[in-house]
Amino acid sequence: MQRVFNARLLAFICALIFGVGFALPSFLQTKGPKITLGLDLRGGLSLLLGVGVQEALKTKYASIASSLDYAFKQQNILVQDLHSSLQGVSFTLLDKDDEKGVDKILEDLRKDGVEIFTTGNNYTLRLSFRKAQAYKQQTVVQVISTIKNRLDQFGLAEPTVLQQGKDAVLVQLPGIDSIEEEQRAKDLITKSAHLQMMAVDEEKNEYLDNLTDEEIKRLGDVVLPYAGRGGQAYGHLLLKAIPILDGEMLTDAQVVYDKDNRPVVSFSLNAQGAKIFGDFSGENVGKRMAVVLDHKVYSAPYIRERIGGGSGQISGDFTVAQASDLAIALRSGVLSAPLVVLEKRIIGPSLGADSIKTSIVALIGGFILVMVFMIAYYALAGVIASVALIVNLFLIIAVMAIFGATLTLPGMAGIVLTVGMAVDANIIINERVREGLRRNESVAQALHSGYANASRAIFDSNLTSLIASFLLYAYGTGSIKGFALTTSIGILASILTAIVGTQGFYQAILPKISRNKNLALWFGMSKQVSQRGRSGAV
Amino acid sequence: MELFKKVKIINFMEYSKWGLAASTLLVIACLGLILFKGFNLGVDFAGGSVAQVRFTQKAPIAKIRQAFAEAQFSGVQVSAFGSDKEVVIKIPVGKVHKDLSTEITHILKPLGKFEIRKLDSVGPKVGDELKQKGVLSLVLAILAMMLYVGVRYEWRFALASVVALLHDSLITATSVIVFNIDLNLEVIAAILTLIGYSINDTIIIFDRIREGMLTKRTNDLNFVINEAVSSTLTRTLFTSLTVFFVLLVLYVFGSKILVGFSLPMLIGTIVGTYSSIFIAPRVAILLGFDLERYHENELKKAKKKQEKERLRRQYEHGRV
Repeated sequence: MQRVFNARLLAFICALIFGVGFALPSFLQTKGPKITLGLDLRGGLSLLLGVGVQEALKTKYASIASSLDYAFKQQNILVQDLHSSLQGVSFTLLDKDDEKGVDKILEDLRKDGVEIFTTGNNYTLRLSFRKAQAYKQQTVVQVISTIKNRLDQFGLAEPTVLQQGKDAVLVQLPGIDSIEEEQRAKDLITKSAHLQMMAVDEEKNEYLDNLTDEEIKRLGDVVLPYAGRGGQAYGHLLLKAIPILDGEMLTDAQVVYDKDNRPVVSFSLNAQGAKIFGDFSGENVGKRMAVVLDHKVYSAPYIRERIGGGSGQISGDFTVAQASDLAIALRSGVLSAPLVVLEKRIIGPSLGADSIKTSIVALIGGFILVMVFMIAYYALAGVIASVALIVNLFLIIAVMAIFGATLTLPGMAGIVLTVGMAVDANIIINERVREGLRRNESVAQALHSGYANASRAIFDSNLTSLIASFLLYAYGTGSIKGFALTTSIGILASILTAIVGTQGFYQAILPKISRNKNLALWFGMSKQVSQRGRSGAV
Repeated sequence: MELFKKVKIINFMEYSKWGLAASTLLVIACLGLILFKGFNLGVDFAGGSVAQVRFTQKAPIAKIRQAFAEAQFSGVQVSAFGSDKEVVIKIPVGKVHKDLSTEITHILKPLGKFEIRKLDSVGPKVGDELKQKGVLSLVLAILAMMLYVGVRYEWRFALASVVALLHDSLITATSVIVFNIDLNLEVIAAILTLIGYSINDTIIIFDRIREGMLTKRTNDLNFVINEAVSSTLTRTLFTSLTVFFVLLVLYVFGSKILVGFSLPMLIGTIVGTYSSIFIAPRVAILLGFDLERYHENELKKAKKKQEKERLRRQYEHGRV
């Protein structure tokens, strides 16, 4: 009796329990770790977004310029030509005596890794190369967390947001199934939600039509269009290029209704923002201040008095949904870099369902076919191989479920490959065992030599495929990765079930086979050979 | 059931001369097809957009073409897909379509009720990156396989298995041109799967050859190879047939969704089986594999091992 349970059989039984146990939630949709279906199988929206890291750097310089402007004004330091570009921030100091004051202001920036170059009274500020690289990476990370945040608040189930390569982000949204939803999700994700308060250049604004680009630049101004109502832009406004304050100082945004019961978004600022806002409005009564969102002017009301409290409103011709999406976008923070859609894939729910049906039919059909083959050809040895094959499949699904891996169509291809290799392993083993039996070896001998010889070849071929799939996983992109993942898991599972497991089976039932000696029943060999085998053994 | 009751040694090496000639011609034909006709790059690699649209009634293909032409789209290809209700609309890169799904909906609206089942838009940059990364991972994987086989067997065998593998992937890839399938990621998945099978097949046969070389007391390499290929023949045929039938099920029931995977794979299984029998061993011989020298090397290795053993024993003995 103690020979029935051997180490190999125990390993196989453990694999069986483990495989079935962890695969069941995926099949029955019960609680527990489940396999995630790729978008190609269940439908949804997949977006590959390029992150404009250069733009982010530019914005960073702009915000440095903005804070310098504020600090210089506070301390009455006169500078000329303060501007920012992709190359950095530069300005010219008018009074050499203010040098000490400037140094004090710049000290904090220097600590943050900003390099400062001076020639005479000209200052140039720039991030060091390493700092700039780090900033770009940080931008991507920030973009990812912002998108996640937005999607969470939007209430979409199981969104995936991942970094791809150096400066791209992959967003996958299952369950998006209408064009309207797709549009809305895309807008929400890609909206940069960059809120700025900007001063209108009242003196020059009326001559706007006569100014050239060159002159506008020299004035330190920018021209921005109105957001327009009902999709139509009307006119432009001349604004001071350096904003009064930035969306970074925003603490909350909510949808409220104005007196005409139209939805508007109200926002509040943090203490620093509120102070800047209050100071500016106090000094500029009678002038206009523009609420600018993503480089479009939403409103530019006249300042009637100092505005304390630090809150404001964005009014546009919003629908409730638009206003609520904008509030979400503002709350979850500004995207520090613009996003470009590099790749967009939409898979309708009906196609996803078809794909699942198709692959399951093909997989089960193929499985039944293989099992019928194996059992017809190898009789009981075929049954053992089939059991190993089924456990193999459960194991693949169980392992994928535990790691929360995603099953895609190429992943299915990987499963087909490993199922084929598992079948192959059993065929090789059975053929080797038959060879031994034909040489009139006893069943025990034939099994032993069969497994010994077959394992070497199977091990070599499986290991080669495994090495290849590891490399494909490490260096490949999306779908190649999916393929490599299922292949790797499948190969490991097949070594466990098709080689170790089946051998355990034979060890356990060897006494029975040796006594019974019906080779046709056990190994599907024709009587003629088994007769000879028996007579030879006698 | 048994396919062959006794191993009948078939003179495969005799046939493999013909196989080599046939393969050379086939490879030249494939290269010619690739050079002169070229792959039809799908959106995954070329960029652009492809929409799969299903109508509730028969799809009016001519009208769809006309509608797109009227909407100032150029180079749009419309073709039936699977059933006569479903069409595939290919839109090349060029004009930037911000919201293609809305535009398509707008254009097709007058033509009847429909559903956009799939819409892929890929920018040209992504396609380039996919190409580069795909090629890089493939080259690395092949090199690694070669290294492993080289260490475990012999470098000529490693090279021969890679030659067989390239032969198989080339023919499979070219079949895509013949069947007029776009080169997309499914095709790449098919070629990857095929590489897995091809190397598996070749190693099983090589392992048998090595076993024959070490146990049979002969320097007749042709005999050893014939013996090895013959005794693995049942397994080779059986495995290939099972895989072939599984793929056939996939092809027949998989409608057109998976055709880019199943059809090249069907071809690949046949080619892969053929090449591991007729091409791989032959190439190893062509590369100058010599059984006599192999035996000498093995003998030397064995002697060295013995010598080491002897020395170690002496050493241990001396200490005791």
